[in-house]
Amino acid sequence: MQIYLPIAEMSVNVFVILGMGWGIGFLSGAFGVGGGFLMTPMLMFLGVPPAVAVGTGANQIVASSVTGVIAHTRRGNVDFKMGGVLLVGGLVGSTAGVWLFAVLHRLGQIDLAISLSYVVFLGVVGGLMFVESLQAMVRVHRRGSQRRNGAGRHNWIHGLPFKMRFRKSKLYISALLPAAVGFFVGVLTAIMGVGGGFVMVPAMIYLLGMPTQIVVGTSLFQIIFVTANTTFLQATLNQTVDVVLALLLLLGAVVGAQAGAQAGARLKSEQLRVLLALLVLGMGVKLAYDLVATPEDVFTLVLEAA
Amino acid sequence: MRRAPRPGSAARRLPVAIGLAAGLAALALMTALTLARAQQPIQPLVADLSKHLVAITTAFSGTDVLLFGATDGPGDVVLVVRGPSTRKVVRKKAPVAGIIWANRDSVTFENVPAFYQVFASRPPDEILPASVLSRHQIGTEHLAFTLVDRSVTDSFVPGFRAALVRLKQKLGLYGDRVFPVTLLANRLFRAELHFPANVPTGSYSVEVYLIRDGDVVSAEITPLIISKIGVGAEIFDFAQQRPALYGLAAIVVAIVTGWLAAVALQRK
Repeated sequence: MQIYLPIAEMSVNVFVILGMGWGIGFLSGAFGVGGGFLMTPMLMFLGVPPAVAVGTGANQIVASSVTGVIAHTRRGNVDFKMGGVLLVGGLVGSTAGVWLFAVLHRLGQIDLAISLSYVVFLGVVGGLMFVESLQAMVRVHRRGSQRRNGAGRHNWIHGLPFKMRFRKSKLYISALLPAAVGFFVGVLTAIMGVGGGFVMVPAMIYLLGMPTQIVVGTSLFQIIFVTANTTFLQATLNQTVDVVLALLLLLGAVVGAQAGAQAGARLKSEQLRVLLALLVLGMGVKLAYDLVATPEDVFTLVLEAA
Repeated sequence: MRRAPRPGSAARRLPVAIGLAAGLAALALMTALTLARAQQPIQPLVADLSKHLVAITTAFSGTDVLLFGATDGPGDVVLVVRGPSTRKVVRKKAPVAGIIWANRDSVTFENVPAFYQVFASRPPDEILPASVLSRHQIGTEHLAFTLVDRSVTDSFVPGFRAALVRLKQKLGLYGDRVFPVTLLANRLFRAELHFPANVPTGSYSVEVYLIRDGDVVSAEITPLIISKIGVGAEIFDFAQQRPALYGLAAIVVAIVTGWLAAVALQRK
């Protein structure tokens, strides 16, 4: 069954989009990431213009993050104060990112910027996560003890001004730090059309030293606002948000998330992290290959408003 | 009024008188018609489309339009389907720093039809000289793009032009060959125009040429509108005309859907 997407100006198979949404929902249910880092490249692969893929991805993540935050709030796993500080940075960052997106779009380098950001972040995050989770698996195997997160470590980070107490995260750190993380992830959100969960979650665990169980809910909380801001800005500046596409993806994602949560519950957290790391790395390697390999066609066509 | 005067009969005078009167009237009318025809000569070529509006609805997945017509005698028929004129940038990737492929050079063309297909009863280059093909822009190699901006020297422009045509063909928006026009008894002709799912919207023209002895003896242009209709059109107009409100609506829809999903998940 075909459906015509009014903003992407193309016709797609409804079941392909629902299936993609399902897969992304499955991942977010199993691993606690938004899945935007997979969705945007997949949409582009289907032929959705990159700008529309990015704008629509952000819109879809608003919805899936709302669902996630409600679930995490019920379990008391959201640090709203930390989320608020991340948010301030995130809003500034995503505004800067949308502006940067428009500039790169005009220069004809947006595809490269999107691909490069993906390769760098998927590679770094995937690599770190892979090494860390393998170590954790080995440690669990040897001692049967859980890995300790970075809380309580002391370094230059703790010398920064504007210290703030985050009770839920059991942290007393400079507000500049989460704000900077938020800003950085906000820029990525706008350029890559992702919630930034796959960058934000490791940054919160390893850089801020937040307890793991608080991280996912808090990251999702601030992602709602950052992606909402991105959606709004992409809609006003570039007119690239396709609500029909977003709704279809969402329908699939809601069902997929349940299946993912069930599958996730059967696996150990280290195993989950290794799988996610492999997934992230795999995507990164594929995109890196595309950048380096001789393209099938060196020419591309862009429509420019007359 | 096509009644001809009947031959006279001695037995029936009245009918003869009526017949004569009718005959005179018919004669006068025919004269008038002939005069009118002299002012407006017989059209050697008539053509029409099965529909003049292609509506892109939510379920749109491409459509066929039938073009049919008649000629006043033997001859070849060539048709050109042309979409709205656009401005296109062709970019070429080159290795940056020796490894990463990035866009470097670009050439901008104007007067690029968004859609272009040629139909003919015989290959156009066999029945028309290059000068005529080029005058009527028949065939992708005869399309008159206007060069408006370039970052390369002139000698590289043909490569970019060829890439533009090739990429358009790959998208299914330019015909990669000449499609057939079926001729019936040298008088009637028909062609099936196909518009794919990704067809650009706008006003199209279907140009029909009647070819005899290596020249165009008659031409006719039929308009065709391809337009989004219904919900899709409303969403598109909303997004274009009130982008801020559209953005807010998209966010509200997402939040409500996400919240509904959370409620549904909790129930289960």
